[in-house]
Amino acid sequence: MTKPPIYGVMAEFESPGSLVNAAREARARGYRKMEAYTPFPIEELTEALHIPKSKLPLIVLIGGILGGLTGYLMQYYVTVIYFPINIGGRPLHSWPMYIVITFELTVLFAAISATFGLLALCGLPMPYHPVFNVPRFALASRNRFFLCIEAGDPMFERQATEDFLESLDAREVSEVAH
Amino acid sequence: MADQKQIADEELPSTSVIAPGYTFGTVTDQIASVVLTRRTPLFWVTCFAAGFGLLLLLLWCIVLLMAKGVGIWGIKIPVGWGFAITNFVWWIGIGHAGTLISAILLLLNQSWRNSINRFAEAMTLFAVACAGMFPLLHMGRPWLFYWMFPYPNTMGVQPQFRSPLVWDVFAVSTYATVSLLFWFVGLIPDLATLRDRTSNRLARAVYGILAMGWRGSARHWSNHEMASLLLAGLATPLVLSVHTVVSFDFTIAIVPGWHSTFFPPYFVAGAIYSGFAMVLVLAIPLRKVYGLEGLITDRHLENSAKVMLATGLIVAYAYILETFTAWYSGNVYENAAIWHRMTGPYAFAYWLLLTCNIASPQVLWFKKVRGSPLLLFIASLVVLVGMWLERFVIIVSSLAQDFLISSWRIFTPTRWDWATYAGTIGLFTFLFFAFIRLLPMISIFEVRTLLPQAKVKEEAQ
Repeated sequence: MTKPPIYGVMAEFESPGSLVNAAREARARGYRKMEAYTPFPIEELTEALHIPKSKLPLIVLIGGILGGLTGYLMQYYVTVIYFPINIGGRPLHSWPMYIVITFELTVLFAAISATFGLLALCGLPMPYHPVFNVPRFALASRNRFFLCIEAGDPMFERQATEDFLESLDAREVSEVAH
Repeated sequence: MADQKQIADEELPSTSVIAPGYTFGTVTDQIASVVLTRRTPLFWVTCFAAGFGLLLLLLWCIVLLMAKGVGIWGIKIPVGWGFAITNFVWWIGIGHAGTLISAILLLLNQSWRNSINRFAEAMTLFAVACAGMFPLLHMGRPWLFYWMFPYPNTMGVQPQFRSPLVWDVFAVSTYATVSLLFWFVGLIPDLATLRDRTSNRLARAVYGILAMGWRGSARHWSNHEMASLLLAGLATPLVLSVHTVVSFDFTIAIVPGWHSTFFPPYFVAGAIYSGFAMVLVLAIPLRKVYGLEGLITDRHLENSAKVMLATGLIVAYAYILETFTAWYSGNVYENAAIWHRMTGPYAFAYWLLLTCNIASPQVLWFKKVRGSPLLLFIASLVVLVGMWLERFVIIVSSLAQDFLISSWRIFTPTRWDWATYAGTIGLFTFLFFAFIRLLPMISIFEVRTLLPQAKVKEEAQ
């Protein structure tokens, strides 16, 4: 497959509302490979772009369970098998005393998996991405809202897509170089 | 799309949180300009210099401590804990307000928190860093700190997992790590803003590396929101557990004055109390100097003052209960411990702490006081002093006069006790003002969501 000549076409909007409407329109037109860039989270956009639910909760759950098991088994191994201390004949497997560290390690592992899971799901760190080739894209972290239809979309046609985005109350439409 | 919910028609409850008239652009520029400007206010230079000076004092204390040992402090058996553990408990308590604001208020959907959570979290991190210094230094041989963690070693020994002191190691190090992660996750979008706003090449490179290529795409945000929510959910029980575990250091011992079941909630309430006092002490001058009154509004100060008043009343209840249970227990040692507190060598500290923590916060009932930043600032300082005295009285007065009269000994702090304490205040100030200058002290993207324009106005199609 040959690489398309450009990465995609990007439209700039002035308000979250017009971006959400544009995303809905593009979706209704049949565009699928597109991405919206905003300076803050917009709930309606997730639904307009049909973004699947985040997989993060599952990652965090697994991390938390692993942490809990690590905490408990580590204490069990140390206090019962590796370094047993008999104090007045009290049971070696003193599970109530393990609760605090089991809890702490559950939280620790879950929080670490939340952070690294977030980075993995976002594909970060990413040293290069074509959208930054659009000079005005710097405003995506300030006050402007962008919609980019990617060239990989089967519906994508350079001129037609540009014209379509122009018709959507966009402030400016520009091509995104690779 | 006519069946879509008409969000624009709903009430906008958050509009009063920040002053009217802001746009996405002005909010971004105002917060980012504190970092991106070349001009540094004199206030910043003064505070940073003072912090740096005290930090040098701390380094001096540490060098002396390494050379001579913990004998430079006033700790002598039976008061083995002295200032070190007092300061540890005080600092870690201060950190709690940051997590409360960033995690618990997020879960409770209190959007006013959005403009104070960033610096409150930074305060948490630096307070925990200061807190962590004390147990480390108090070990006498801080370079062997890794002995506290279980690892395979040639000595064939392992930590005692049934000891609350070992729980503390896990609780505090988990708390520090999770606070750092939570803070950093929240910073990523703002680092991207700084990367895109700065004209300095070096700054762009540094912020760019830290932002890791954040683009603010809808997929990024959806994962980011989920991560914030999950981290908040994890930090909430964590923050309550940390001071609970700290209080276990006391309650699980049998020392009179320590051995009681209400310590965990009492400590957590006290932690939040002192933490909100510190939030106010930091926020009031900062918003004035940097002209951020539109973002950190009087409503923020008033809400913080209300939290302070509420937790202060819980603390007051705990003091009453502490005295009552000592009397009601009929235990001669418990009775004596409280009696010594009230009338013994530390009576002055005890009565001063009651004045600071119970009597003076009652002025917060008045709306006039809550509306006056200067009075709030003073009240917060009084609370910080009071909470430090509380930790001091609990630790020192209980240890100094326990069971056997023959082993009693009064603790008097040396100048190195005071110098180390002042040194950690310096470390805190130094780190905090470095943060103010290098990172956005208010979460820019969260403040953007507070603006009325951020609501999507759906057009009927």
